[in-house]
Parts: sequence; structure tokens; C-alpha cells
Amino acid sequence: MATTEAEDLDDFRERARKWVTANLRPGGAERAGLRGSTDEEAELAAVAREREVQRAMFDAGFAGICFPKEYGGQGLPPAYQGAFNEALAGYEYPGRLQVPTLSPCAAVLLEFGTEEQKRQHIPAMLKGEELWMQLLSEPGGGSDVAGATTTAMRDGEEWILNGSKIWTTGAWWSDWGLCLTRTNWDLPKHRGLTVFILPLRQPGLDVHRIEMLNGSREFCQEFLSDVRVPDTDRVGDVDDGWTVGTRWMFHERMLYNSPLVSFPAGAGNAAGGPDLLGIARSAGVLGDVAMRERVGEGRVLDVVGNCLQDRVGAAVRSRQMSDQAAAIVRLFKGISAARTRTLGYEIAGAAGGVWADGDGASADAGVDFLMRQTACIGGGTTEMARNVISERVLGMPREPAVGRDLPYRDVPRSATSRR
Amino acid sequence: MLLEPLPDQESLRDTTAKYLADVMSSEQVRRLRDDAAGFAPGYWRQGAELGWTSLLVGEAQGGGSVSEHGLVDLTLIAHEFGLRAAPGPLLPANIVAGALSAEGAGDHSEVVAGLLSGASVASWAYAEEAVAATEPAAMACQVRAEGDELVIDGVKRPVEAAAQSDHLLVTGRTGDGLTQVLVAAGTPGLSVEAMHSVDLTRRFARVELRGVRVPSSAAVGSVGGAGAQVERQFEQAVVLACAEAVGAMQAAFDMTLAWTFDRYSFGRPLASYQALKHRCADMKSWLEGAHAVTDAAARALATAAPDAAELASVAKSFVGDYGAELLQDCVQMHGGVGVTFDHDLHLYLRRVSLQRALWGTPAEHKRRITTLLEQRGDA
Ligand SMILES: Cc1cc2nc3c(=O)[nH]c(=O)nc-3n(C[C@H](O)[C@H](O)[C@H](O)COP(=O)(O)OP(=O)(O)OC[C@H]3O[C@@H](n4cnc5c(N)ncnc54)[C@H](O)[C@@H]3O)c2cc1C
Repeated sequence: MATTEAEDLDDFRERARKWVTANLRPGGAERAGLRGSTDEEAELAAVAREREVQRAMFDAGFAGICFPKEYGGQGLPPAYQGAFNEALAGYEYPGRLQVPTLSPCAAVLLEFGTEEQKRQHIPAMLKGEELWMQLLSEPGGGSDVAGATTTAMRDGEEWILNGSKIWTTGAWWSDWGLCLTRTNWDLPKHRGLTVFILPLRQPGLDVHRIEMLNGSREFCQEFLSDVRVPDTDRVGDVDDGWTVGTRWMFHERMLYNSPLVSFPAGAGNAAGGPDLLGIARSAGVLGDVAMRERVGEGRVLDVVGNCLQDRVGAAVRSRQMSDQAAAIVRLFKGISAARTRTLGYEIAGAAGGVWADGDGASADAGVDFLMRQTACIGGGTTEMARNVISERVLGMPREPAVGRDLPYRDVPRSATSRR
Repeated sequence: MLLEPLPDQESLRDTTAKYLADVMSSEQVRRLRDDAAGFAPGYWRQGAELGWTSLLVGEAQGGGSVSEHGLVDLTLIAHEFGLRAAPGPLLPANIVAGALSAEGAGDHSEVVAGLLSGASVASWAYAEEAVAATEPAAMACQVRAEGDELVIDGVKRPVEAAAQSDHLLVTGRTGDGLTQVLVAAGTPGLSVEAMHSVDLTRRFARVELRGVRVPSSAAVGSVGGAGAQVERQFEQAVVLACAEAVGAMQAAFDMTLAWTFDRYSFGRPLASYQALKHRCADMKSWLEGAHAVTDAAARALATAAPDAAELASVAKSFVGDYGAELLQDCVQMHGGVGVTFDHDLHLYLRRVSLQRALWGTPAEHKRRITTLLEQRGDA
């Protein structure tokens, strides 16, 4: 390995830049599956390429820059990840292996996993051998994460899982899942949860693909019937899954601000936002003052979002803000990503709604607009972020919760279960 | 405001905060509504002793920053001004002091000394009617050389504290280039006519220059070659306007959040209604975004980073749009009392609204950003 003891940041930056230029293909931040690609083979090829790139990064000493050395990382401070992200700007990068594999999944393992779990999985994640999914949302509800009903029952040294998880992007090509389950229905909602890790390809676990409105089939639902998980694959204590879950949510909201993930610096918003200048150019409206203002507005939101992410990230690290402040970034980026897609659709004009092959950047604007709200739903909705900010950051009163102290089996969970 | 100010920056900020808390209560700000100058000379001189006018001036000229980046230090003062909607020509006095002491500006040390001590005030006559502040190349004011004199013709508006200023730094065009000239108050051909403003204490004027003659030594920088310096001054002004507006946003937000806990409706505090909680969350995200981008712009400008021009425009556009929105939402959450003169909220609404309109509107800065993006693409 090329890394030497305590490499100077500038040397590291230079080495990263050279390595990226020599080994990676130019390309922007492309968002897995959400642009309506329906070509399965292309998707699998892209996943395979990303595993290769991740492996190459690992071999060169650029994977897991802020992960501890004993688990295959580099054990360096966040500034080194920042330097690597700068080097990545304008190049391909293994996006599908960053979120959710390295954060939140690996981040949760680092905090709560056993020594064996960390040794088994984290190096494999860093090498691109294990792609992870978070199995949180359920058909009955995603915002109320602690309301999970997928059940784990103890059977000697094993657990038997039954239920269903949903809205996992890319589960059909992934390897492992971090899964929140209910292990005790007689305790109040937050006190009967437990987290497990499980392979996604195994008997009793069916992964169904769900077509999104843009034709993409990356969304998945998992059906678990009598899936057996050894107790050694439990993460955290029995019935203490919400302690794990709270940190899990934190890592999820940190998104690309987490020092655990690689992400090309300055690539605008993390969801690979539209190139408004390109759309304006292809729609031929760059001479229109109103359209120039819309291009500028999109850039304003991207730049402010990045500055905000830096500020909140630094404040959380220096303990000037609580972990919960990550919700501020999540909210801002969600709302501005949605706004940017509206701007793109507006700038594209008629070509946003009806386009021809060869229309260039404006041809994507329509489908991007149709998918606009994904940025405000995935990763916890913007409404939930507003709840967290108002209650946990600003200290405003909590929403009244029905049956906070009741056994969870007695709490209404749907309109039909109301007595 | 800076997340982690250095100890020296913190003490600079703190002395200003304490001084303003002592002398500039909101009642005092309200009283100054009818004061012709909007601030007292003694108030300004004392502030100057705390460093209000020295941060953009080099040490050799008697100034000095507390960190190595005077503009960043100055944003801390501007932030405190915003927190109290404080009066005084903070922005123009500093821009002129910085311009006069910049390298190649010529010898204006006497004027600089007066600004440093607070004994005199200067302002920058930059903006013109119907010319976007973001497009100095389009300004109409003419500066022509005649022998060893410069002759200025044009109308500048709005010029802050023009009637209170001992000197005006006038920016005009010479052919295709820009020229800056220092003109003393009372110079023949110079007339100053008061304007009206949304702010309670900031005074503005329309300044007319008709055949104003000054010696060529009054030029600040080169005749016809001041474009880069003007752009730099403009971006500094933008950042200071933002820093002050962010202070006012912070004060209004804190006041409004406290109000939602104190005010009851239907038997419970406003703070318990999700509709209002969510709006507070939105405001918090705008507020932190405004802090973040303003600090980033100040740092970029102070270090002459390549993205400084863009960041300045991004900050001005964002703070202009979202600052005004935040203030109006604060008014809404206050209900009727929010639109009364005796309540403090309007002091901040005024300051934020003023800064939104000056130094380029959000729309003008968005256009500038697009132009910068195109230039980057072409490079
Ligand atoms: C692109 C994408 C990728 C995703 N990837 C994953 C993944 O990998 N793993 C995973 O587990 N999930 C994933 N999700 C699911 C996502 O986390 C959920 O969709 C989300 O948390 C909302 O849950 P829900 O769909 O059940 O909506 P609900 O929880 O039913 O919410 C419906 C609406 O009500 C609002 N609402 C709900 N409760 C409140 C409240 N208390 N106050 C105010 N408003 C409220 C919500 O904001 C939303 O607008 C993904 C979603 C998307 C769009």
C-alpha cells in the first residue's frame, strides 16, 4: 500500500489527484436508477464497474479514509476525505457503494457492531465486495420508523424474522441488509425493537421489484417468511434497537456530509441535480433574462446547500450543534433539489413536456420534474426533518403521541385498527 | 456569523456587542427616526476606537485587522450592527477607508486618518438610477481628464450618509474604463439632496455632480483602470450588507421563537402547533444557510479565492430573498403586534429590506451568477 505513516495533507491531496486522473474515467455524479433507466443489464454493469472502482480505491489506500485501520480503513481525519472528494470532482465514483453501504450501514456497525461483525463486514464493504441496504421502511409506514412491525422471535441461538420491508433502492443487486425489527410487542413502541444484519439472498427472503412512475424498477420490497438469523448477527442489545436506530437516523441525515463516504466535491446537490445552464442552452433561452435568473437561482441553492452542509458538519463535529442539526441540511437539500427540478422544467419550456431524441439536456427535465418529490421523501421526509428541527434543535413541544406508554400491540396502526 | 471565531475576533465582536448594548437600545434606535443624521458624531467616534473603521486599512496606514483577514473581522462587527439594527455608516466608511489605503491608490493618508479616528465620515458614490449595481460597466457618470484636473459629471443615487460625509469616493467612467475620484464635501458643482429610506436611521441622498473639478491627485488608483478595484469594493460591500442582514435575521428569528413559547392560543403555546413548528424549521434552515454562505463569501473574498465573485453573488441573492421572507414570516407569526411601531421587529424588517434592495437585488445577482457560470464554461 502506498500510504505512509502520517502522510502530510498536501502530499495526500497530490497523490489522490494523480491517482484519480490516472485510474478513473471522467464523468459526473450520476444517480442510480432514478433517471428512468430501465435497462437491467446496463444497471448490473454499472454496479459491477462501481465494485471494481471501489476495489481499486481500496488497493490504492483511498477507501475508508476515515475508517479505523483495524477494519481496513486509513484512520485519517475528515480533512483527508475532503481532499479526496476534491480530487474526485469530475470523475466517476462508486456512488452505489457509498450510501447506504458505508453510511449509514457501516457507520452503525462501527458504533454498535461486535468485534467479529466489524471484522467480517467492514473490510468487505470497503473493498466493494458487500453492498448493503437499509431495511427500515415498511408498507405500513416509513416516517414512523420506530413503528416497525416486522417481527423477530427468539428460537434458541437464532431469531426467526417475519414481515415486509419496502422502498429499498437497488436491493435486487445488493448483498446485505441492516434490518429494524420488533422483538417485543408487550413494551411501548420504542422499547421493543432490535436490529439485525442479514444476507439479502437467502431462502425465505423474497425481493420484489417495484416499478417507479418513471419506469425504473430499482425500488424493491422484501418479504421475509421465517428467515433465520443467528443471534451473533444481532446489532446492539435485545429490545434496545431504538438506541441504534437513533444513531442510524443521524447517519442517514448526514448523507454526503459524512466523512465516511466519498463524493465528488462541488458536484452540486447530492442527488445529481439538473444542469440548468445546459438545459437553458439546449432550449435556446439563454438570451432570456427571466431564464438567466432561473439558472442563477438553481446555482444559488446548490452553493448555499454545500456551504450549509460544511457549516453544520463542522458545528456537529465541534459539538456546537447537536447531531440532530443534520436535519437542517436534509431539509434544505430536499427543498432545494425539488425547486431545482421545477426550475429545470420551466427553463426547458415545451421541450420539457414533449421532446425528441437529440434534444440534449432539456430532454431529461420532464422526467426529473415528475420525480421531483423523491428528494423530499427518500432518506426520511422533509416533514420529518421539520419535526426534528423544531422539536430537537429548537426545543419546541413534541407532537402528542398516541399511546406512548401503551404496549405496542394496543396502539392503533391503521384506520381499520382503530377501535 | 463565524462558527469558531479566533479569541481576538471574539473580543473584537464582544466589545462592540457590549458598547451597542449600552448605547443603542431599541428605544434609542426608534428615537433616532427624527434625527437628521441618524447617528451622533460621538457615537461614531467611540465606535471607531473599538475598530469599526480600521479593519480594511493596512497597518502601515494606522489600521489593522485582528486576524489576517480584515474583511472577515469586519463581518463580525456588521453582524452585531444587524443584531441591534444599529445606526452609522459602517459599510461605506469601511469601503472608502479600504479603497483609499489600497496599494496604488495614491496618497490619501490624511483622509484615512480622519476615518480611522471617527472624526470624519466618507461614503461611496457608486450606484446610479436604472443601472444594475451588478453592472458597473453600464454606469453613466463621466470622469474626464483636463490638464492636471479631473472633471466629473453625473448623478449618483442612493449614496449612504452623503450629507454626513466629509468626502465622497465617486466612481465614474473614463472612456471604456472606470475611474475613482475622492471629492470633498462642498466642492463646487456637488449637490446633495436627501432621499427617503425604509430604514429608520440610515440616511441616503441623491448626489449630483455638475462639472465638478478636482486635482488629478484626487484620483484613487489609475484613471480609466479602476475596474478591478471597483469590483473588489463592490463585492466587499455585498458581503458586509449580507453580514448585517444575517445579524438582523438572527435577532428577528430569536425574538419570534421566544414569542411562540410565550404566546398562547386555544389554551396552548403557539410553539405547540405543527404548522408553526414547521415554519420555524424552514426559517432555521434559511438562517443557517444565510450564515453559512455569508461566511464562505467573506473568507473567499479575503483570501482572493477563485470563486469569490460567485460566492458574493450567491450570498447576496440568497440573503436577499430568504432574509426578507424570514422577516415577513416572523411578522406573520407575531400577528397584529408585528406591524406596530413600538415592537422591535420592524427595526430588523427594515434593515433586511434595505440590504435586499441595495448592492444589487437578488434577481440582478442571479443574472451575474449565470454570466459567471458561462465564463467558467468558456474558460
Ligand atoms: C428514492 C427513495 C429511496 C428510498 N430508499 C429507502 C431505503 O433504502 N430504505 C428504506 O427503508 N426506505 C427507503 N425509502 C423510503 C422512505 O424512507 C419513506 O418513503 C419515507 O420515510 C416516508 O415513509 P412512507 O413512504 O411510509 O410515508 P408516510 O410515513 O406514510 O408519510 C406520508 C406523508 O405524511 C407525512 N407525515 C408522516 N408522519 C408525519 C408527521 N408526524 N408529521 C408531519 N407529516 C408527517 C410524510 O412526510 C409524508 O409526506 C426510500 C424512498 C425513496 C423515495
